[in-house]
Amino acid sequence: MSWLEKIVPNAVRSDKSNKGSKTSSKVPEGLWRKCAKCASVLYRPELERNLDVCPKCEHHMRIGARRRLDVFLDEEGRQELAADVVSVDRLKFKDVKKYKDRLSDAQKKTGEKDALVAMKGTLNGNPVVAVAFEFAFHGGSMGYAVGERFTRAATVALEEDIPLVCFSATGGARMQEALISLMQMAKTSAVIERLKQQGTPYISVMTDPVYGGVSASLALLGDINTAEPGARAGFAGPNIIEQTIRQKLPKGFQRSEFLLEHGAIDMIIPRNEMRERVGGLLAKFTERPAA
Amino acid sequence: MNPNYLDFEQPIADLEAKIEELQLVGSDNNLNIGEEIAKLRDKSIKLTENIYADLSPWQVVKVARHPQRPYTSDYISRMFTDFDELHGDRHFGDDAAIIGGVARLDGKPVMVIGEEKGRSVKDKVMRNFGMPKPEGYRKALRLMEMAERFKMPVLTLIDTPGAYPGIDSEERGISEAIAQNLAVMSRLRTPIICTVIGEGSSGGALAIGVGDQLNMLQYSTYFVISPEGCANIIWKTVDKAPLAAEAMGVTSGNLEKLGIVDETIPEPLGGAHRDLDAMANKLQGRLVEQVDRLNAVNIDELLEKRYQRLMSYGN
Repeated sequence: MSWLEKIVPNAVRSDKSNKGSKTSSKVPEGLWRKCAKCASVLYRPELERNLDVCPKCEHHMRIGARRRLDVFLDEEGRQELAADVVSVDRLKFKDVKKYKDRLSDAQKKTGEKDALVAMKGTLNGNPVVAVAFEFAFHGGSMGYAVGERFTRAATVALEEDIPLVCFSATGGARMQEALISLMQMAKTSAVIERLKQQGTPYISVMTDPVYGGVSASLALLGDINTAEPGARAGFAGPNIIEQTIRQKLPKGFQRSEFLLEHGAIDMIIPRNEMRERVGGLLAKFTERPAA
Repeated sequence: MNPNYLDFEQPIADLEAKIEELQLVGSDNNLNIGEEIAKLRDKSIKLTENIYADLSPWQVVKVARHPQRPYTSDYISRMFTDFDELHGDRHFGDDAAIIGGVARLDGKPVMVIGEEKGRSVKDKVMRNFGMPKPEGYRKALRLMEMAERFKMPVLTLIDTPGAYPGIDSEERGISEAIAQNLAVMSRLRTPIICTVIGEGSSGGALAIGVGDQLNMLQYSTYFVISPEGCANIIWKTVDKAPLAAEAMGVTSGNLEKLGIVDETIPEPLGGAHRDLDAMANKLQGRLVEQVDRLNAVNIDELLEKRYQRLMSYGN
């Protein structure tokens, strides 16, 4: 069990952890996939056409960073930003395994250099900078590389005065980079504040799950904060809260619907409406009155 | 075991007990054992010096959490004059885990904000053991913005086991409260000096920790996750917390090397709690000097420098 599996509650984890269970083993690999929520067996090509949202129960399954940006941005004119930024093992962190090795394992597993992909492109023809967390890379945790890539992308948005959209999916700060990770919270918040002061819109979209240091910085600083249906987001993970208060958490605690009800987010946006709704919002925020 | 001493300090405790015993005997018998006591005192100091010269990161964490460790309120009463505590976030309530108010440092007005763990059991409960809720961070933000309007430097004292992980905290948006502080502190148009006086735990510490100058007391500690939390995740047991503390480099020395901490402020021999007045005096001196230095810088330059410093983290 990785450190992440420990902090992210069972149900939040990807379908990967269910692989060994009796029910899912009956489903043939490949063409079919079982919905983790309603247990419907789904035809993969159809599921993919539906953006990995279960057509039966509308459960939003996790998708990778590249796919996320691929289904969000216009096809033409994409340019990846800050791809050269990688994590540095400044502390020579070693526990049961070297951090360096954990990094290269995650790189092999995901094909990404770190847990955030940033791109400049267009949405309905309007320029936009979009970044997405790769949850499969070390739990989407934020260390130097994630913080720096986010900041560089946001700086492009700032300098060119084009909107920033962030899709977060993360367990929080990356403890193997210790205080350097913590300081990425301050760094990303500072650049977002410059966007805010300049009047360049920033939309944060939380996707399952968003916890810890990322939740307490860039994910909740949007001009507009949104989330996908059923996404879980909060500061402390449910396990930590249960251990602290020694009582069971209410149903639906920390899900998007809970966040909306408690005033933390402006709206819930289903994945298949993402382009249209975010595009519509940005169009209003970027339309300047004639001089 | 003497509760005034930590486990690794027991040899010192034993020696001190011996000194005390001798003193009693001396007053009983009129024997001249002054020389012997002086010798033992000398030995005790040397022993303390030796032990403290080579503390492991985990031992530093223990000193930082010592039950007698000076808290924010101890420093406020010693370092400032004319302190007026200000209460409430104007939205929900007042959080006693964060103390804030206006005061004078060396005669000049400042805004002081600090996390407070509480000393007595009753006090600890009232202050939620120094774990602020959203209203605490929002009170801090309100006071910081007030300081900006009235051109007062902001001095923060960091000492928390973390922001409170509870249902009400989440309901009222603890993440947003912390995030908002980080954002606003990055551009607040007045000097900000942050000092970790005890335990700086994660986002709950950083939420009052963004500024122009970051100090750490010599035996304070600052981490992204508590050593126990880290150990629990990696080794599945809190018993490995010493290893986690080692791996994460939670001491001021390590953090200075990473360019995150600007200054380590030396503590009295055996830790701040051994001589609180001396510690407060020392810290006050450093703060006076730092406020003067930062006040002399043009505010736009100061803000640009603060921003560039934030941008440089990890480079």
